[in-house]
Amino acid sequence: MKIAGIRLDLIVPGVCGLALLFGLPIFLDLFSLLQVTLYAIMAILALSLAFIWGYGGILCLGHSAFFGLGAYAYAIAVINIGESTAPFLIAILVPTLAAAAVGYFMFYGRISDVYVGVMTLTLALILFNVVNSTSGAQYHIGKAPIGGYNGLPNVPGLNVPFDPDNSLDPGDMYYLCMGLLIVVYFGLRWLLTTRFGRVAVAIRENEKRVEFIGYDSRLHKLATFTIGGGLAGLAGCLFVNWGAYVSPTTFSMMQSAQVIIWVLVGGVGTLFGPMIGAVALSWLTVEVGSQQLIDANLLFGAILLVFVLLVPRGIMPVLIDRVWGRISLPRRPVFTAPPVAAREGKR
Amino acid sequence: MSGSNVPQPLIEARNLTMRFGGVTAIANVDLSVAEGELRCLIGPNGAGKSTFFKMLTGQVMPSEGEILFRGTRINGFEPHDIARLGIGIKTQVPNVFDGLTVRENLWIAASRRNRGKATERAVARELERLELGSIADRLVGQLAHGQRQWIELGLVLLTEPALILLDEPAAGMTEDETVRTAKLIGIIKQSCALIVVEHDMKFIRMIASRITVFDRGRILVEGEADAVLSDQRVRDVYLGKRAA
Repeated sequence: MKIAGIRLDLIVPGVCGLALLFGLPIFLDLFSLLQVTLYAIMAILALSLAFIWGYGGILCLGHSAFFGLGAYAYAIAVINIGESTAPFLIAILVPTLAAAAVGYFMFYGRISDVYVGVMTLTLALILFNVVNSTSGAQYHIGKAPIGGYNGLPNVPGLNVPFDPDNSLDPGDMYYLCMGLLIVVYFGLRWLLTTRFGRVAVAIRENEKRVEFIGYDSRLHKLATFTIGGGLAGLAGCLFVNWGAYVSPTTFSMMQSAQVIIWVLVGGVGTLFGPMIGAVALSWLTVEVGSQQLIDANLLFGAILLVFVLLVPRGIMPVLIDRVWGRISLPRRPVFTAPPVAAREGKR
Repeated sequence: MSGSNVPQPLIEARNLTMRFGGVTAIANVDLSVAEGELRCLIGPNGAGKSTFFKMLTGQVMPSEGEILFRGTRINGFEPHDIARLGIGIKTQVPNVFDGLTVRENLWIAASRRNRGKATERAVARELERLELGSIADRLVGQLAHGQRQWIELGLVLLTEPALILLDEPAAGMTEDETVRTAKLIGIIKQSCALIVVEHDMKFIRMIASRITVFDRGRILVEGEADAVLSDQRVRDVYLGKRAA
């Protein structure tokens, strides 16, 4: 998408992101700003799956495993340590290592795509059940009780790095989460232009050929999966900070399913789409939650059905074709653009 | 041998055997190809040609025997390690990146050996050699069968292998495309060795080379094209009366 030499595909999200980052705090009250903070966190979670599924072609059915690990790792670490600098890093490190460990066995064991889905789903279920059955004083890590189905309340929030007396207020949290969302989005965009990113996409297209060319597809898939796991953990860490509370539902099936629906609705194989999907559907969750007429799960089921049947490519690819397709030049041959046309009928 | 004074062959299969359960797909095959040689493999369906290629590229592990590439034993190597040693393969059904453009496809292969601007230059050279410049920005999934075959050939060539395996390169091609593919093979032959599996006798005559005939997992005969194609045993197992 290049008009008169200007990269619209970089400028539009960049300007939108900065406008939201600095504009919203002026126009929104604190309550609304808190909501937007949550949407930004969910958008990071959506990006993590959009990367490994949409670009890496690895369908992770239990993405909540890494989200939950990030959340619990932060909560347990911060209760033990007190100051949040190390816990923040631990919260990213733990799910990253978990993804690397599980990914090693999945990809170096060369199990098929379907079983990757099954294994990730199982991992999330195991973690959910383990954490859910740890109520009681005997289950604790250091000073932190794991808390079973009650979860961990009153988790201390983030402070300015190495300055425990200077904790972040909700306004700061907004800037942090929105800022991180922008960094993650453009970071992934950049990653997809590197050789690593392009080979990861090529593996999605044809793993055999990638190996015949001489790239180790196992290593690339492992790296893709690990990056996605780490980003999901970052989202989990921010999520705990947002609510000062963590419960086993962060590991739940519903959580995993939601992310998949966000990505699907937004468009598999894009980054911007899943962010829109995450924000729109998170907003809808809040709205539906405030009334009694329609059950939220029923509504999400209906939305999923409608998209799978009528808009299988998701919002973003359709938008790109309909709107940008008219005003811009032919498809830009760059990897960050979704291979839209080829996906028709493929998924 | 091709008369070269280097005694060590480029690739050598020794007593190679592949069993799938009770079925023996390849039995005690000894075969060697010299540096720069062009060899054709022919044989009826199920003779073991594809299995042989799969063993050479690390997709399946031989049950017995060994494969030596420039003296290095390569059975048990991962496919990408074998590719890095210098064996490329063009499969029968094109293995290309359908969702990416022609240029993006070639970029992936070119960046295995090149960095930065050199990658772009290698892609441009290959587009020119294969005469694909006019469709460089089309998605490969939308192209015709013959074009996809050449793109796959381009992917193989960009890794600069010492040996290229071609599995039925002319299958499904029109007359014109077949002639062009034969010409391409003539050009490729100047820079590396090739093993070509093919059923099209006309095509084999076009590229005229030494031929190895597989039958039921064993080597039936090996020799120059004319001699092999007129061999009565070869006609019996494979060509039938059509080739007369």
